[in-house]
Amino acid sequence: MTVVTQLSRTKISARKWLVAMPLALLTSGCDWVVMSPSGDIAVQQRDLVLISTGLMLLIIVPVIFLTLFFAFRYRQSNKAAKYEPNWDHSVGLELLIWGVPLLIIIALGALTWTSTHLLDPYRPLGRIKPDTPTLANNVPVGNLVDKQQVGNGANGAGKPLEVQVVALDWKWLFIYPEYGIATVNELAAPVDRPIRFSMTSSSVMNAFYIPALAGMIYTMPGMQTTLNAVINKPGNYEGFSSNYSGAGFSGMRFRFHGVSDAGFDAWINQVKQRGGGLNRASYLQLEKPSEKVPVRYYNAVEPDMFKLVVEQCVQPGKVCMSQMMHGGKGGGDSHAGMAMPGVNGGKGPQDSSERVEGALMKDADQKGSGKHWTAPADIKRDGANSAPGSDANRNHTMLTPSTKPGTRPVANG
Amino acid sequence: MSAIPMKDGLNETRQGSTGPVSFYDLDEHEHPDGGSTMLGFWMYLMSDCLIFAVLFAAYAVLGNSYAGGPSPKEIFELPLVAVNTAMLLFSSITYGFAMLSMEEGRQRVMQMWLVFTGLFGLAFLSIEMYEFATLIHEGAGPTRSAFLSSFFTLVGTHGLHVTMGLIWLVTLMVQVQKHGLIAANKRRLMCLSMFWHFLDVIWIGVFTFVYLMGTLR
Amino acid sequence: MNDTLLKTIFGRLTLESLPLHEPIVVATFAMVAIGGAGLVAALTYFKVWGYLWNQWFTSVDHKKIGIMYIILAIVMLLRGFSDAIMMRAQQAMAFNGSEGYLTAHHYDQVFTAHGVIMIFFVAMPLVTGLMNYVVPLQIGARDVSFPFLNNFSFWMTAAGAVIVMMSLFIGEFARTGWLAMPPLSGLAYSPDVGVDYYIWALQIAGIGTLLSGVNLVATIVKMRAPGMTMMKMPIFTWTSLCTNILIVAAFPVLTAVLAMLSLDRYIGTAFFTNDSGGNPMMYVNLIWIWGHPEVYILVLPAFGIFSEVTSTFSGKRLFGYSSMVYATLVITILAYLVWLHHFFTMGSGASVNSFFGITTMIISIPTGAKIFNWLFTMYKGRIRFELPMMWTIAFMVTFTIGGMTGVLLAVPPADFVLHNSLFLVAHFHNVIIGGTLFGMFAGINYWFPKAFGFKLNETWGKISFWCWVVGFYFAFMPLYVLGLMGVTRRMRYFDDPNLQIWFVIAAFGAALIAAGIGAFLMQIFVSIRNREKLADLTGDPWNGRTLEWATSSPPPDYNFAFTPIVHDLDAWYDMKERKAVRPVSGFKSIHMPSGTGTGVVLAGLSVAFGFAMIWYIWWLAGLTLVGIFATTIFHTFNYKRDFHIPVEDVIASEDARTRQLATQGA
Repeated sequence: MTVVTQLSRTKISARKWLVAMPLALLTSGCDWVVMSPSGDIAVQQRDLVLISTGLMLLIIVPVIFLTLFFAFRYRQSNKAAKYEPNWDHSVGLELLIWGVPLLIIIALGALTWTSTHLLDPYRPLGRIKPDTPTLANNVPVGNLVDKQQVGNGANGAGKPLEVQVVALDWKWLFIYPEYGIATVNELAAPVDRPIRFSMTSSSVMNAFYIPALAGMIYTMPGMQTTLNAVINKPGNYEGFSSNYSGAGFSGMRFRFHGVSDAGFDAWINQVKQRGGGLNRASYLQLEKPSEKVPVRYYNAVEPDMFKLVVEQCVQPGKVCMSQMMHGGKGGGDSHAGMAMPGVNGGKGPQDSSERVEGALMKDADQKGSGKHWTAPADIKRDGANSAPGSDANRNHTMLTPSTKPGTRPVANG
Repeated sequence: MSAIPMKDGLNETRQGSTGPVSFYDLDEHEHPDGGSTMLGFWMYLMSDCLIFAVLFAAYAVLGNSYAGGPSPKEIFELPLVAVNTAMLLFSSITYGFAMLSMEEGRQRVMQMWLVFTGLFGLAFLSIEMYEFATLIHEGAGPTRSAFLSSFFTLVGTHGLHVTMGLIWLVTLMVQVQKHGLIAANKRRLMCLSMFWHFLDVIWIGVFTFVYLMGTLR
Repeated sequence: MNDTLLKTIFGRLTLESLPLHEPIVVATFAMVAIGGAGLVAALTYFKVWGYLWNQWFTSVDHKKIGIMYIILAIVMLLRGFSDAIMMRAQQAMAFNGSEGYLTAHHYDQVFTAHGVIMIFFVAMPLVTGLMNYVVPLQIGARDVSFPFLNNFSFWMTAAGAVIVMMSLFIGEFARTGWLAMPPLSGLAYSPDVGVDYYIWALQIAGIGTLLSGVNLVATIVKMRAPGMTMMKMPIFTWTSLCTNILIVAAFPVLTAVLAMLSLDRYIGTAFFTNDSGGNPMMYVNLIWIWGHPEVYILVLPAFGIFSEVTSTFSGKRLFGYSSMVYATLVITILAYLVWLHHFFTMGSGASVNSFFGITTMIISIPTGAKIFNWLFTMYKGRIRFELPMMWTIAFMVTFTIGGMTGVLLAVPPADFVLHNSLFLVAHFHNVIIGGTLFGMFAGINYWFPKAFGFKLNETWGKISFWCWVVGFYFAFMPLYVLGLMGVTRRMRYFDDPNLQIWFVIAAFGAALIAAGIGAFLMQIFVSIRNREKLADLTGDPWNGRTLEWATSSPPPDYNFAFTPIVHDLDAWYDMKERKAVRPVSGFKSIHMPSGTGTGVVLAGLSVAFGFAMIWYIWWLAGLTLVGIFATTIFHTFNYKRDFHIPVEDVIASEDARTRQLATQGA
């Protein structure tokens, strides 16, 4: 991995390309991060890619070879080849052409079934690397929860490292509930300690992906997904969103540091020293769309922040989803649900200012203007996105261009 | 030589045949119009059925998402819906009578039954619209919660179909009046008949899964 | 005038909706406008409007409608490919802090439009066009079951294309990706007109697609020539049947899910919203329940074409006809059991994921069987390397690779690292270009002489072929590599300069493909110019095997003066073998459907309706909706929808055919 980062930092000029191109193509195999990952889960996924490919090549190679061979052998000009215009059936061949793919698919299917269960992102890790089960001491393999109690490493304290991930527009918030800290666009974890990511999204769908660590999982608003993984080599890795989420998507990247236990402690301390607090108000500020956000640290995170985000009730006065469901079902008396406190008189969602009105319900002067956006918008003409309640503030498919040429556009917030 | 056995009686001798095998239909009779209409319309109905299937699925998924709003128990008035169901079922029966009269060639009687069908259909729509208006007035409109969105869409789509059916019915009655019970009109009446009964079947699904099960839950 | 009145009249259409500030778009628009005006002027000058209107636009002849579909597809291919070139150029240059030349709101429109146009307005019309043209001929019918619906379907598809094209100049297109996944595509996060353009273009075109599906199924089921049992149907007809069944069974799902999305956007319902209990995951599931069968809708007809071509150009009966049929049926059914493989990463349980992974792999068995069947059709044949056969061999090699990467992506844990990456992009281009598009080129080269009476120029055809095939490998193999380097799709700029070389190679490939498209247009142009030399008077230039080659090229309006009677799977080959004599007398007048302009009118009204809905011009929407109903009802009052081709006309054209064949020494 270090090779990757070093290479990636070397700028190759256009002229050097011509010389370096064939060489680069040959040697670049080593920086195909999916093929040479540094986390055990990703390694197993890589192995699976290779094994499946190998299995399939058993049939793909002969097919391609036969195609070209038959095309050549039975060309019209080759009168030496046999010609049997009415030969169109052979039970033996039919059995073969259905049977062989079937056998390969049975093998592949078995592999799929077991590997999908073994590498299920929800499943707590059984090992941190080949030949090293999650247990540091050799407690007999019992139930998985017991295993987690023991843990590994000095930071282990018996459990996997909990990280709560929130995909914001267009940056990543990582909350470390055990340490009471949070970061934006920077993630760190000790090497060889299992990590458990709990993930959600603030507005639209994204996917949390660190190719060197493990495969991606979607982050979705109002929902929580889980990923268990472990990093085995120290290094500075790349992470990003791998599901298109609007205008700032390309810049939605972060660094993931695999560090030693001591390094991790140092990193935690650094976050604690340099960070500010993250409460509901500052979260709401952070949540607003912005692009290419520099790393940020928070040393005190309001408890249950992640839960509030998942339940979409960070905003004061908003009813959390779990409570809403409760309200709807509760009460035998008619229409009780509609009189819930915080629910807007049954007229609509609890927060009418947030809720977007359907187009047909809009008054004529609320219709706005459907602009032609192929060109960069003019910040003066369009009045930026500053006006509260302006359509553009909600528009995740648009960035307000920066006024200064040469700098990247930044969305409001 | 083909290994596929030739099942065709016309073709005992395949190669080097000298027998009287005909390769062209020299004495072709004109195909009656609309030979595929029933099949085509039936396929359209099946595709329509799929639209309803998706809306039912959406209701199944979202039917519990009250979002703090009312639940089915609180808003459905089963007696009203039962009356409504009866209206639609009656309209199907009267359509059936209309088709019987059509088979007997009694145009006036058929038209009368079609009028009844239309009136029952109209009654169904009116009751449905009353129900919708009441719900919206109570603040249980389609924007209130996902449950209500899927409810209004499912029932509303059915209602929209009934409306289309009524427009079609009136059009057909005019056409029958104009041209009589000619083959083309009979075919159209058959299609509308399929459509009308199809809406009945869908409604029975709506009544059972949405109203009955909603109130019982 | 006050603002409220303006907004009531024009909705959200303002001067800002026009790209007046954007010189490139204005220039493009000016060119299109001038070109269009020139075309209109030329058409008027040469007085061909009447001809076009009577002989083409209002025609219910399946052959003409088929050709119009293909012309529409080729025009839209140019648009869709321009988008592709823009993307490749952007990604090849946006490195080292450069953001390339496209802003986010432009680039995001480009990749959305590329996907939508290529699938809905290039691949679909190509497939539908070829099926429309060929199927009735192959089954010995004179037209489809519902000729008017056929014309209407075409115009609805064209209407959808018009709406997409409008978005280029008025307002903008969606910036959501080609499936417009909520919540991003909801009103909350995409308040602009783009998603509305998307919705209405697809809904209007979808009506056409669905009706054409119903039409072709009914045609194949009901209108086959006597003697043509199901198991004697040409394989292209079989795959068309399955494709159209898939259309009838899949497109309603798209209609319903887009209707729900539009309700969210227009009424404010909560189907797919984040709040009020909406469920965006439901959209993802539903759209893929349509989306996966759609893939097979596109590729099955191509499979049929390859079967016909392989058998014809190997001079052999198709190997394993019945296993081919069963393979097609199995694919048709399994197409509905695999949709979840498009989102393994959503976090369904391991058992659900592996179920869908394994069903996906099972599809590769019948597909593999098909490939082997083509292989063994070539085996012990006499292969003529005409253009259709060249496309077929390129397909067999290319598609096999695409199939392999597809099965790889069906292994859920492998998908976790490759999902949404450029590996995935490479995979589906590998199967759609390598499968559908190569198939369509094979089909166009194969059936062109049937449609127009002369072959396509071979030199330009070969140039086009090689540019396409080589260009394809240059354009997409690097994307596989980039996927393995962890590069995600839909990125606008990159940080890692190591990636650039691969994007440059891909851009080079795209340029080669552009040359391929150019050569294809050149091929058509040159062929038209040399049509005398390339003429085929026999009606059977390739020594064909199925019924479409039994009639003249181009076929007369009525296709067959006498309906053929089928005795063998390769009906026409069988007729030739047994020296069937073409009847030269005893003709009768032929009953045919007559043309109507209703389809054009309805489609025009639909465009206006869609436009009004997109721009919130409610009065116009209401008016056009009433217009649509009125036109439809008016149309049903027309009972005289057919006519007879007089026997003299039949005799005249059949005699001409007899003389033509005589000059060929037949």
